[in-house]
Amino acid sequence: MADFLLAAAGFVLAMVALGLVRILRGPGDADRIMAAQLLGTGGIAALLLLVEAMSVPAAVDVALILALLAAFVSVAFVKGAARTEADGA
Amino acid sequence: MAFDTGLAVLVLGVAVWTITARDTFAAVVGFVAFGLLLALVWVRLAAPDVALTEAAIGSGVTGGLLLGAHTHLRRTETAAAGELPGAALRLAAAVLCAMVSAGLAAIVLLLPEPAPTLAPQVAANIATTGLGNPVTAVLMAYRAVDTLLETVVLLLALLGIWSLAPDRVWGGFPGPHHDADPQGVLTFAAQLLVPVGILVGVHIFWVGSVAPGGEFQAATILAAMWILAAMVGLVDAPPVSRRWLRILLVAGPAVFFAIGLAGFAMAGAFLAYPPPYAKLLILTIEIPLTLSIAATLALLVAGPPERAPQR
Amino acid sequence: MSLGLDVLTILAVCAGAFFFLAGTVGLLRFPDALCRLHALTKADNLGLGLIVLGLLFQVEGPFAALKLISVWLLTLLAGATVTQLIARTARPGGTPE
Repeated sequence: MADFLLAAAGFVLAMVALGLVRILRGPGDADRIMAAQLLGTGGIAALLLLVEAMSVPAAVDVALILALLAAFVSVAFVKGAARTEADGA
Repeated sequence: MAFDTGLAVLVLGVAVWTITARDTFAAVVGFVAFGLLLALVWVRLAAPDVALTEAAIGSGVTGGLLLGAHTHLRRTETAAAGELPGAALRLAAAVLCAMVSAGLAAIVLLLPEPAPTLAPQVAANIATTGLGNPVTAVLMAYRAVDTLLETVVLLLALLGIWSLAPDRVWGGFPGPHHDADPQGVLTFAAQLLVPVGILVGVHIFWVGSVAPGGEFQAATILAAMWILAAMVGLVDAPPVSRRWLRILLVAGPAVFFAIGLAGFAMAGAFLAYPPPYAKLLILTIEIPLTLSIAATLALLVAGPPERAPQR
Repeated sequence: MSLGLDVLTILAVCAGAFFFLAGTVGLLRFPDALCRLHALTKADNLGLGLIVLGLLFQVEGPFAALKLISVWLLTLLAGATVTQLIARTARPGGTPE
C-alpha cells in the first residue's frame, strides 16, 4: 500500500511537471495562472498521498496551509495580471 | 528512490526556469511553484515543521511580496530590460553560485556518520519546558534569544520599508486602495476563506506545542488572510502613523523582552524559565508575539505608504 | 476488511490520478484558454476529490478524516473563485475591471 501510494504521488507529480510546460509556453498570463493552479492542486494531492505513504499524519496541516495559501496567491496573481491588462502593458 | 530522484529533477528544473524567465510575472509564478515543491521535499525528509514554514512564508507570503514588487516595477520593466548585466558578469555570478553549491554539497556529504547533533540532549531535557514538540522547544526555550532577535529584525525591515515613503504621504495608508464589489466573486470567496483561514491559523498556533506548528506559521496564515481581505477591498490598511498599530507591532517583542528580563529574578539568567511555570510563560510570550508578527508580515507585504494620512 | 478497504483505496486513487492525467492533457492540448480552464477544473474537483476519498479509507479517527475533507473543500472554493477570475482575464477584450 505504501509503495502504491508513493507511485501514485510520483504519477501526480509527473502530471504537474507536464503542466509546467504550459507555464513555459503560455501565450498569456491567464495560462500561467492556470498552470500555477494545477500545480497547487497537484502538489496538495501528491502531499496527501506522501503523508499516507510515509505515515507522518502531522503533515496534513501542510496540505491545509498549502490550500489556503494557494487561494491567496492565486487571487494575488489574478489581481496582478488584471492590472497588466488595464495598464495596456 | 525513483520518486525522490524525480522530485529532485523537478525542483532543479523549476529553479532553472525561474532564473531564466524573461518576464517578471513568469518568474514570480515559477518562484511560488518552487516553494511548493520544496515543501514536498521537506515532508519527504520527515521535517513537517520546516515544510509548514516553507509553504506559508517561503511560498505564500514571499510570493505576495514579489508580486507587489512586480506591480511597482512594471512601468520600468522595458527600460530595465535594456540594461541587463553583460555576459562576463553573469558568468562570474554563475561560477560563484556553483562554488557555493559545491561547498555545501561537500559539507553535507562528508559529514561523519552519525552526524554530530544535539537532538538527544534536547529530547532528554524537554520535560522541563512543558512542551511536546522539540522544534518549538528549541525556538522558544533553548534558543529563545534567537527568536527574540528575529522578531526585532522583522520590525527593522518594516521600518526600512516605511522609510521609502515620499514626504507628502509620510505616515499614510500603505498600498493602493482596492474597491470592493459587494456582489462579486472575490468578495464571496474572501468572506468564506478568511474565517476558515483564521480558524486554521489558531489551530496551527495551538497545536504547535505538541505537534508541528507554532507561532510563526500561524502568524503567516493570519497575515495572508488579512492581505487577502485587503486585496479584495473588504478592509483597508490603517495609516502607519496610528498609535494603536504601532503598539500592536511592538507588543510582542516587548513582552518577550520583559519576560526575558524577569528571567534574571526568577531563574538566574536572561530568558530563563523556572520549570513549573515554563509552559505558562512560553504561552504568555507566544500570544502577543503571534499577533505582532502577523501585523508585521501583513504590513511588510502591503508596502510603503502611498496615500496621504488625512483623507 | 482491511483488504477490502485497500482495494477501495487503490480504485479511488487510480481514478483520481486518471482525472489528473485528463486535466493535464487538456491543459496542454486544448486550443483556447477557456477550454483549458474547463479541463483544469476536472483535475481540481474530481482528481483531488477521488484521491481524498481513497485516503479516507486509510486514516484512523474522525478528526483526520475531517481534515482531509476540509483540504478538498478549501481547494474547491479557491479553484471555483480563481477560475471565474481567470475566465474574465482570458475573455477576448480582457476584464472590465
